[in-house]
Amino acid sequence: MDAHVAQLQMQYRNYILSLYQQGFLDDQFTELKSLQDDGTPDFVAEVLSLFFDDCVKLVGNMARALDQTGTVDFSQVGANVHQLKGSSSSVGAKRVKGLCINFKELCEAKNYEGCVRCLQQVDIEYKTLKAKLQDMFNLEKQIVQAGGIVPQVDIN
Amino acid sequence: MALGDLSSSSSTSELHVLAVDDSIVDRKVIERLLRISACKVTTVESGTRALQYLGLDGDKGSSGLKDLKVNLIVTDYSMPGLTGYELLKKIKESSAFREIPVVIMSSENIQPRIEQCMTEGAEDFLLKPVKLADVKRLKELIMRGGEAEQEKTSNLISPKRILQNNIFFFIIFFIITITIIFIV
Repeated sequence: MDAHVAQLQMQYRNYILSLYQQGFLDDQFTELKSLQDDGTPDFVAEVLSLFFDDCVKLVGNMARALDQTGTVDFSQVGANVHQLKGSSSSVGAKRVKGLCINFKELCEAKNYEGCVRCLQQVDIEYKTLKAKLQDMFNLEKQIVQAGGIVPQVDIN
Repeated sequence: MALGDLSSSSSTSELHVLAVDDSIVDRKVIERLLRISACKVTTVESGTRALQYLGLDGDKGSSGLKDLKVNLIVTDYSMPGLTGYELLKKIKESSAFREIPVVIMSSENIQPRIEQCMTEGAEDFLLKPVKLADVKRLKELIMRGGEAEQEKTSNLISPKRILQNNIFFFIIFFIITITIIFIV
């Protein structure tokens, strides 16, 4: 059973490292993890849940704003991008944040096609991140169920 | 009554922080950061709600909303409606709340914005995403400020002491007068 736990822990470590290496997460995610303790074991999951709800809402707002062909209010789109940039930055969602930075410039330039394309990318990106983090949480659950503790992963 | 009593009153009590941010994600994070730093936290989603909470919104009846004195206000800069800067101004304009330190948070490092806030009386300006180290440093700053206040008041001579000093002089004067009269 110990060998099984050790294997799961190694799998977990490698998975987390790959998420950082592939640019999905940055050190703000590390900071969030450090704020979680035995007394608040669901803190990271709760924050991420709020983040993904936010993504759904903001992407929806932006899609609706961009749908007003001919009378698109780019400042409205920009305001939503600004909010998404803020929350993605707060959770360490590096790729989403990066896309938001580009998106903001496209809004300022009132580049309709660019905005529509960028919104599609944002949509794909946050859903991809959501799936990856779900896999991470599943691995954590498996480790705990196998009687082990979830290892702290040193990013450096 | 010993002068030493004045300095021990509230130095060990927790800070009550009012955190203002329109982002639910950021409210959750700042609340956690403050709780870890042993602060009591109340979060609100806008500058308007913050003013309501403090009882500053002109509605005289609402000052009963808060049950705990607020020791620190931490607010986001960019918010719809009342911005963090406008909230800062309103607080500094109020005689009841101008002494409460206000800290501004922003995701954008814009120098003129920072200067504008500091000039208006902000205690500090934090760049988002806010980290635990930022909150710990902030708490130390605020607590030290509180201790400095208490140090100041405990160094003032109490009225009783002034009276005691004066009585002493009167007695000496009286004795000297009597002595002179006696000699003469």
